Amino acid sequence: MAAALDAGETTSVALTQAHLDRISAVDGAVHAFLHVDAEGALAQAAASDARRSAGQVASPLDGVPIAVKDVLATDGLPTTCGSKILEGWVPPYDATVVRRLRAAGLPILGKTNMDEFAMGSSTEHSAYGPTHNPWDLGRIPGGSGGGSAAAVSAYEAPLALGTDTGGSIRQPAAVTGSVGVKPTYGGVSRYGLVALANSLDQVGPVTRTVLDSAILHELIGGHDPLDSTSIDAPVGGLVAAARQGAQGDLSGVRIGVITELSGDGWQDGVMARFTEAVDALVGAGAEVVEVSCPHFVHALATYYLILPAEASSNLAKFDAMRYGLRVWPEGDAPSAEEVMKATREAGFGDEVKRRIILGTYALSSGYYDAYYGTAQKVRTLISRDFEAAFEQADVLLSPTAPTTAFPLGAKLDDPLAMYLNDLATIPANLAGVPGISVPSGLADEDGLPAGLQILAPALADDRCYRVGAAAEALLAEQWGGLLLDRAPSLDGGADGEAVSA
Amino acid sequence: MTETLLSFDDALAAYDPALGLEVHVELNTASKMFCGCATEFGAEPNTQTCPTCLGLPGAMPVVNATAVESAIRIGLALNCEIAEWCRFARKNYFYPDMPKNFQTSQYDEPIAFDGWTEVEVDGETYRIEIERAHMEEDTGKSTHVGSTGRIHGADYSLVDYNRAGIPLIEIVTKPILGTGEKAPLVARAYVAHLRELLLGLGVSDVRMEQGSLRCDVNLSLAPAGSGTLGTRTETKNVNSLRSVERAVRFEVQRHAAVLSGGGSVLQETRHWHEDTGITTSGREKSDAEDYRYFPEPDLVPVAPSREWVESLRASLPEPPRERRARLQAAWGFSDLEMRDTVGAGALSLVEETIAAGAAPQAARKWWLADLARRANDTGVELSALGVTPAQVAEVQALVDAGSLNDKLARQVFDGLLAGEGTPAEIVAARGLAIVSDEGALGAAVDNAIAANPDVADKIRDGKVAAAGALIGAVMKEMRGQADANRVRELILEKLS
Ligand SMILES: [Zn+2]
Repeated sequence: MAAALDAGETTSVALTQAHLDRISAVDGAVHAFLHVDAEGALAQAAASDARRSAGQVASPLDGVPIAVKDVLATDGLPTTCGSKILEGWVPPYDATVVRRLRAAGLPILGKTNMDEFAMGSSTEHSAYGPTHNPWDLGRIPGGSGGGSAAAVSAYEAPLALGTDTGGSIRQPAAVTGSVGVKPTYGGVSRYGLVALANSLDQVGPVTRTVLDSAILHELIGGHDPLDSTSIDAPVGGLVAAARQGAQGDLSGVRIGVITELSGDGWQDGVMARFTEAVDALVGAGAEVVEVSCPHFVHALATYYLILPAEASSNLAKFDAMRYGLRVWPEGDAPSAEEVMKATREAGFGDEVKRRIILGTYALSSGYYDAYYGTAQKVRTLISRDFEAAFEQADVLLSPTAPTTAFPLGAKLDDPLAMYLNDLATIPANLAGVPGISVPSGLADEDGLPAGLQILAPALADDRCYRVGAAAEALLAEQWGGLLLDRAPSLDGGADGEAVSA
Repeated sequence: MTETLLSFDDALAAYDPALGLEVHVELNTASKMFCGCATEFGAEPNTQTCPTCLGLPGAMPVVNATAVESAIRIGLALNCEIAEWCRFARKNYFYPDMPKNFQTSQYDEPIAFDGWTEVEVDGETYRIEIERAHMEEDTGKSTHVGSTGRIHGADYSLVDYNRAGIPLIEIVTKPILGTGEKAPLVARAYVAHLRELLLGLGVSDVRMEQGSLRCDVNLSLAPAGSGTLGTRTETKNVNSLRSVERAVRFEVQRHAAVLSGGGSVLQETRHWHEDTGITTSGREKSDAEDYRYFPEPDLVPVAPSREWVESLRASLPEPPRERRARLQAAWGFSDLEMRDTVGAGALSLVEETIAAGAAPQAARKWWLADLARRANDTGVELSALGVTPAQVAEVQALVDAGSLNDKLARQVFDGLLAGEGTPAEIVAARGLAIVSDEGALGAAVDNAIAANPDVADKIRDGKVAAAGALIGAVMKEMRGQADANRVRELILEKLS
């Protein structure tokens, strides 16, 4: 798209309008968006076109529209985090990544649906109703960032931003046939990201191609003085790595397959596509080794102590005192405390309450050492597993998620089954290392997309892009195009053609 | 509700007090602890706020490096160890004036710990062990409108978040034992000493009346000689030196009455009432209070380099005790004069007044005798009275030159406090200068002699002491603007 803009074949206004039209046509069925800002996006597009005709293009993606997950603060645009408690809240400031998007000239189409406060793996926990998987509207689009992934795979947006705390970018990408990246912790500013678990959260790209992700990643990444945990090092070399990988030559690259992320509970079709993807990489010259990460089996338990603990504290601010929902309890003169209670009771969904209770318990005096303290120790052991594994391999591979998209409602009443979706993605968040999910093909059983996850050491995000782009190119050669080319067109009217940003 | 009290002497005969003081100091950094907002006192409500200090969703904190530097300097001045690595922690509890419903503080990793300092009371030195000094952020300030404290209906609360996020250092002592009947004075002396030390460091305005130094007083009693520690109460927001002394005294008497009556002291927070000088029960401080502390994940650890710490140590100002000893020797003050000067918070003011040219005793006299009374009357700190050391020195120079006497000088201070200009301008505008015109003075003396023939006769008979009555008459006629000594000379000359 950027190339078409550069060549003068289209304008940002035309592109943006086309996507707004597509949203009008299919989002009734997909429900990827919580809020569409047609007016704002077209105004930004017009400004972009004006810049372009004045020869003052702001960035490689100037004029290419984008969708933003509703967990990122957008000045003047509602930001609800998929929760009733923030219904109608319009932030007075932009998240740093949003500010960077605006500075780079990307029109913002709107805000995408998500599990409430990013708690979930299916987007069914959104207080505003679920998002539907464009491949099969009866199935989940993954979560928590199902809205962003569905918007991209349904051609409602060429690019999107997501956030990944335990897989919320990568798992939705896998089950919708798109590309999603969780950068190195601290690689992209979290300022303006409404925190789920501060020590795990990262903002990252959701796109149709690996190269698009690399370009977007370079735009949003880099040091931010407003985020103390942001790494003070320039982000770069990602686009170059993606281009290099796309050449399909992986000579000298050592890929490690993680033993612990396979076996029982892993869908056959997902494993079959994974094995083929590894074979393709080996065919391109990569050397494959099997690596063991023995502490990964504890990752899920560790995650479900650290995340609720941090979240329980983060969510305390939603108390009806300053913004968002305010519920008056029965009676004449309720105290502030009673208003807080009534608001939180009405404003938070069950999954959020579940995790607040879990986290509050894990941090309680007398239990802190046993739960939160131990979890932090196991977290260190998981990081050490990664260190040891990265001595044997340059990147580590696994399927992104154990299964393809499951039917809506299938796991809603079984939180533990739901949590298992993130088995393969969680370790990267605990250790702060980067990961990418690229499509590995369609599972034989159900014809639905599966994902290949590529993990790299902290600050070596470029390796994810190199190997990811190689896998994408090699598999596209086998398939004769991108996986998304095969996605259903939904309304039959709009173009189902793969368009690269 | 009236509390039963035991007399202070009886209380001390039966029990040993243990003191603990927690002092919160607002730093005078230009910006807040975790954001760039201004910290000016008294600004319009909620004008010094941003997403971070309002706790808006998504906003993040960034540590103020100047606040860390101030914390380290305070720690060093209190002979503390400085942590090589420490973290902030979240203290979780719900309160409407706390924007995030957690306070970013430090828990088990304070920036400074294991220090000590010394205070003097009635010539005796008490060593105070410092447990820790840690960094945290202030909360907002609630104003409850209406009497019930409920937020609905006719009554409501207003919250000003200007104060939210202002850097605080909390300085906590270890239990202070062995002070006996001096406990109230030791507590007061410690807080006065901290103020002086913090002022010397230049890290805080330490204005107790504006809340930039706030004190919580912990007190417990144990049977005399038992060497144990009793149940403590924590009296919150004791915000003047005098109140610190009174609060300790009150709690000693109250605890003693409870214990001697066979009861047990309830571990609780107590409120201090400045007007009545008593404490009342606040919330019960039970073990159920659980702040669920955990390390603040949005901040990286603070790891001050040893080189930095040492350079800060090298640049510390002279410690208060050494400074006092040096100044006392230079000024020739008695111990009592020195103690009064320090006690009135006038040490730096006197020092600056002397530096501006006044003699030490004169400087002391003005600040302690005259200006301290005025400050006390209006309820402000001496330093906030509105008279500067330079002005005091200027007034004293006029006295030294014979242009003013003490009585006239006091009228100049009236003028200074009323904002009438410089001392010289006030003398001119109010016509206060001493009349040195011998003709006018002579005429007044003649008038006085003529009006008081009996007195004049006594003086002629050698009863010189009677001259006082004539001097008074002359001064009255001259409306005080005469040099009394010169008047006496003239009277004696004329009647000899
Ligand atoms: Zn602020």
